[in-house]
Amino acid sequence: MKRIDVIREVADKARDSDALLIANIGIPCKELYSVSDMPNNFYMLGSMGLASSIGLGLALSRPERNVITIDGDGSILMNMGTLATIASQAPQNYLLVIVDNGAYGSTGNQPTATLNHVNLEEVAQGAGNRDVFEVDSLQRLHTILGEKDSGIIVAKAQPGNEDVPVIQMIPEAILSRFMAESSRASRSV
Amino acid sequence: MTLKCGDTISDMKDITPTEAVFNGLMDVGIDFIVSVPCVNLKDLIPMVDRESSVIHIPVTREEEGVGVCAGAYMGGKKAAILMQNSGLGNSINALSSLNLLYGIPLLMIISHRGIGDETICAQVPMGEMTAPLLDTLGISYYLPSSKADATKAVRIAWIRAVEEKRPVAILLPIPFWSQP
Repeated sequence: MKRIDVIREVADKARDSDALLIANIGIPCKELYSVSDMPNNFYMLGSMGLASSIGLGLALSRPERNVITIDGDGSILMNMGTLATIASQAPQNYLLVIVDNGAYGSTGNQPTATLNHVNLEEVAQGAGNRDVFEVDSLQRLHTILGEKDSGIIVAKAQPGNEDVPVIQMIPEAILSRFMAESSRASRSV
Repeated sequence: MTLKCGDTISDMKDITPTEAVFNGLMDVGIDFIVSVPCVNLKDLIPMVDRESSVIHIPVTREEEGVGVCAGAYMGGKKAAILMQNSGLGNSINALSSLNLLYGIPLLMIISHRGIGDETICAQVPMGEMTAPLLDTLGISYYLPSSKADATKAVRIAWIRAVEEKRPVAILLPIPFWSQP
């Protein structure tokens, strides 16, 4: 499973369920931008580690909207406390998808600790999260995404980046376009 | 840069320093608060936790809290962080590459340790660096001189944060919390 395939599946779900979608720093942002640039996408260009935290704050603020964050293993390792805070709050409208490819993909595919040691599914469960799913195929990912609007999915992927273009939006425009979406009522039933 | 709150009205004798800060938060409609504990926030944190108009989220680290608050702002909330200044260091990348980059306001209520009547030597280095770090970041801060001043500063700071689309801080040192 390639990361861009995971991102495509998640973007499809976000579109179908009218969810707000937070995308992690670096190439994951650009891959999402290339496969599905939507006003409900927030491209986090800096602040590595905080995508899951931004998504949590958003989900707690807008309980009537579904919120999804696409995060990575390196970023979760950088802000592991986020798994404890998410478990403590457990919002029913928040789905965290961690693409775990065992590599810091945007900086040259240096290995992360998940490659040989850390099991993020167990870490998330150990932090107190109840709905945690590890998936290693697109078919299984598709099934879980169809069933769940909350919880944590650890999607095991291969390292590697797609050759995708740079995001042609300034940060202020990303935020204002996103907030116009996040402030309206959900269209999903 | 240090900011003045304007004229100081006569101080309120019957309220605590914690209540003065809390009143400012309520006056300006802060409705989303994350917190990392400090002994000087020991009364304020349960007070905001009990307040039904506020979503209070304890976080594990200040930088995480900056991210949670940014998400809350994106969801339409007026967001504040309660923290000790020792956590400013771990928040700097988030404050700059998230809040300052996108133009996201944040009210930072900071217990300022390491200056004044500090008894713990380990607090001193960050205590002395807090204001210079905020200056370097271009984050304005208020130094309220009284309880009444603090209530007013909290209100003005949030309004300013929204107008300028950036974080604004309130620095509250040990003598502030120990005043009668």
